[in-house]
Amino acid sequence: MLTGLLGGALIGLAAAVYLIATGRVAGVSGILAGALGERAARGERIAFLAGLIGAGAIAAVIAKPATATPYATPVLIAAGLLVGFGTRIGGGCTSGHGVCGVSRLSKASLIATVTFMLTGAATVTIATRVFGVGVAP
Amino acid sequence: MNRRTLGTLAAGVLFGVGLVVSGMTDPRNVIGFLDFTGHWNPRLTAVMAGAVGVYATLLALLARTSGGRGARLLPPRNNRIDKPLIVGSALFGIGWGLSGYCPGPAIASLGFGARSAFVFVAAMIVGIIAAGLVPQRRSGCESVDIR
Repeated sequence: MLTGLLGGALIGLAAAVYLIATGRVAGVSGILAGALGERAARGERIAFLAGLIGAGAIAAVIAKPATATPYATPVLIAAGLLVGFGTRIGGGCTSGHGVCGVSRLSKASLIATVTFMLTGAATVTIATRVFGVGVAP
Repeated sequence: MNRRTLGTLAAGVLFGVGLVVSGMTDPRNVIGFLDFTGHWNPRLTAVMAGAVGVYATLLALLARTSGGRGARLLPPRNNRIDKPLIVGSALFGIGWGLSGYCPGPAIASLGFGARSAFVFVAAMIVGIIAAGLVPQRRSGCESVDIR
């Protein structure tokens, strides 16, 4: 739990650094979409994503982090499509709505966060209880 | 490399380290959090508390200490509650539950060389491109450039 709090604090700091550098909210789905689409400010978005991947690469060398997902490849593909599509329709993900929007007490972001947590919980409940996907610790 | 790009690179590294340290790059921690009716894993609540606590505090400090610049740094709140917000967020939640990945941890996990992350991110990019064809989508909170 303490590492959760510490890691979360680093995420909050990172979002503030991003805001100071660019004047924009640090929403990862939006940064990825912008890096793929918009010509303006593409370089700085790619730099953020490179930093994110670089941090993962450093972690992999130092700590060998766990990455196991209990879901099969076709499910992961469906999940990726839903996450990419849904975050762009809804205008944000866990970072943009969940961290940055909630911090600013944006009513829309609060509702978005409650919505994706509820459908996420319903999905996990159905996957584990009905289809027996093994996620027990 | 200019200052803005250097700033976003630093933010990306910090963000990624935070995700790894907090355990959010392990899909089992996320699925465990969403498993309210089973073995509930409360870790994500600590991560959210840490992130929101620090970001909200820094926002308040920025607004207070830098005068006009602080006001400029605070993006406008888009408080419109509409169908795309609900439908999009609902679909995102289903995908989140079906993988344990949201965009940040999935992209950071590319650095681990995790095969599941590559599959997920490739599909996510297709989903983003598909959403670009839907006119009713919300303008992303990230893309609101206040300068």
